[in-house]
Amino acid sequence: MAELRFTKDHEWIRLEGDIATVGITDHAQNALGDVVFVDLPEAGRDVAEGESIAVVESVKAASDVYAPVAGKVAEANAALAENPGLINSDPTGEGWFFRLEGVDAGSVAALMDEAAYAAFVESAA
Amino acid sequence: MAESDSALLETPLASLHRELGGRMVPFAGYAMPVQYPAGIMAEHLHCRAAAALFDVSHMGQAELVGEGAAKALEALTPADVQGLKPGRQRYGLLMTMAGGIFDDFMVANLGDRLFLVVNASRKEQDLALIAAAMPAGVTLRPLPDRALIALQGPQAVASIATLAPGIAALSFMGIGAFDIAGVPAIVSRSGYTGEDGVEISVPAESAERFARALLALPGVQPTGLGARDSLRLEAGLCLYGNDIDETTSPVEANLVWTIGKRRRTEWNFCGADRVRAELDTGAKRLRVGIRPEGRQPARAHTEIQANGATVGEVTSGGFGPSVNGPVAMGYVAREHAADGTPLELLVRGKPLAARVAPLPFHPHRYAR
Repeated sequence: MAELRFTKDHEWIRLEGDIATVGITDHAQNALGDVVFVDLPEAGRDVAEGESIAVVESVKAASDVYAPVAGKVAEANAALAENPGLINSDPTGEGWFFRLEGVDAGSVAALMDEAAYAAFVESAA
Repeated sequence: MAESDSALLETPLASLHRELGGRMVPFAGYAMPVQYPAGIMAEHLHCRAAAALFDVSHMGQAELVGEGAAKALEALTPADVQGLKPGRQRYGLLMTMAGGIFDDFMVANLGDRLFLVVNASRKEQDLALIAAAMPAGVTLRPLPDRALIALQGPQAVASIATLAPGIAALSFMGIGAFDIAGVPAIVSRSGYTGEDGVEISVPAESAERFARALLALPGVQPTGLGARDSLRLEAGLCLYGNDIDETTSPVEANLVWTIGKRRRTEWNFCGADRVRAELDTGAKRLRVGIRPEGRQPARAHTEIQANGATVGEVTSGGFGPSVNGPVAMGYVAREHAADGTPLELLVRGKPLAARVAPLPFHPHRYAR
């Protein structure tokens, strides 16, 4: 399985072939607490890097989720509508948010790797 | 408004919160636990099922001593304070001259004195207001060296009664002095969750030992301000600064029940003219419960529309773990305030269908 890359907004992205899967990090879900609702983008939407395209709501607060790179939304995770708690229980697996197609591999590679993200989280704490 | 942690005040339980893994956040100038490792959802549900311990020591406590204290306090509140019997507590509103709500508070008759609990965010202003209203011979004594701990939930009273059996005999809004595990405590059967339970004032220096004794009782779990907020919202209880403030009147806020019967013949409290006029002709807007359809919460300050026109604003909103759905409160124009009235909530620019719903969202389970 391809390695994860990370943004400063606490999204992760995993590029496999031409499709990139995006979610929020374990650190992000832990900070948010129990997720109760997600607002996901529709398939076919063209998104720019850094564009707010999803919202995650915990008991306490709402947070935006941004596109880590530009692309077109291929699919959103329909399972989250029924079970948004997957974001807490398996943030980098079943708790994925959406998939992007047509992404630039170089843009993904330019994001933080796991060690860099861990250092970023540590420095922000 | 970046407040540095060093500027925040701490309660006597601060080190216990950290030991228990509490996530500390700024609230009303204090570092307070918003949640513990269990999380807001689990803490909320545990309170509804068993017993939840809350540190609410940031709230203001004070006592009024001297002849005429109750009568003088009635100048500031439409609550019936003079009619409050020894051993009884009452919820009331402090009023502005213009008929807005200066704060909401608890007042109890402890026999030889009145005992007051006010909001953390308002305590300086409240105590100044009250002190200025007292005649010669009545003394307002702030009690900054006392902690306040709430134990809430269906098992709360049975649990604490193992340490002080007399507590079980208190009825809702009853109050008395008890010795609990060697700590002199003032215990009232009241709370802010909609559940049965008690609020306990203890000396600050004994607070940690006392809290540990409660946490050792079966069924008791530490619970943070996050669950306190979702519990009170489901119970339809107002948060000062969100749901009520100096611009809202008791009539608009649907808190007319806090006005004593005798007080409605005397009209001798601050702001009585506005209250009287609104009772006669109806308030233009009213606080109501709101149930958004689906799962998406609508938060405070969400615009409320009906047929495309703005008719109000959400003042508290979130997800209700016991309701298992989104719940909110807000003010709407009176003609849209009837239960079942369809509304749209403008969440991130998109209309979210909702209806006016009766409060509370979760039934109160007080020990009447």
